Amino acid sequence: MRKLLGIIAFLAFAIILFVAAIHLRPFGSPPHTEMDKYFIENAQKEASANNVVTSVVFDYRGFDTLGEATVLFTAVTGVLMALRHYGGGKK
Amino acid sequence: MTTTIIRTMTRILSPLILVFGLYIILHGHLTPGGGFQGGAVFASGLALLIVGFERKRVKSLFEKAPLSFIESIGALGFLGIGLIGLATYTFLKNFIANSGFLFGSSTPEGINPGYLNTGGTLSYLNIFVGLKVLAGLTSIVLIFFLILGRERDE
Repeated sequence: MRKLLGIIAFLAFAIILFVAAIHLRPFGSPPHTEMDKYFIENAQKEASANNVVTSVVFDYRGFDTLGEATVLFTAVTGVLMALRHYGGGKK
Repeated sequence: MTTTIIRTMTRILSPLILVFGLYIILHGHLTPGGGFQGGAVFASGLALLIVGFERKRVKSLFEKAPLSFIESIGALGFLGIGLIGLATYTFLKNFIANSGFLFGSSTPEGINPGYLNTGGTLSYLNIFVGLKVLAGLTSIVLIFFLILGRERDE
């Protein structure tokens, strides 16, 4: 019974993955290029910075970067909270 | 256990690493890198200083360093810039770009050598994130070093 269930699950996953793989685009052609074109053409004017990657990270998707910074803040806070007792009482 | 070789190389290398980290943070809107990467480089220089010297010297050196304060300044500065942007148009809007304020002059379009006084809020956010990352990583390295040193001393 368990073997049968395993085979059915395996076949279902395999079929889903194969269908998804068949519908992929040809190698190297991105699905949508409108957003890339917008960034490349307007980032220098709107964000007034040469580094388009930084304009995307800190301006167009700044909220995402805020989340990353929060992850780091939480990690540091957790480590310090767990270990400050052993660190000689400081920090 | 630090040797003379490590101490000498730390004296020579750590100022260069710290300056390079500051360069990466400040030029985040012109060259590859930015706040996270520059902060990590700066923190690695401070980590070299921490592991290169004895525990007593490290404690006296970093006793007064306001690492938690710097980290909080970084987080609150990021949020504050975002909220000022929200007051003008939307959250984290680049409201300083092309306004003539500090870091606010407009960049010429096309190929240019790159001017430091551009970028708008990008430069401010880079600096704040850099402060946050360097304080966080340094405090983690520092507390691990203090724990290890304490266990070695006992």
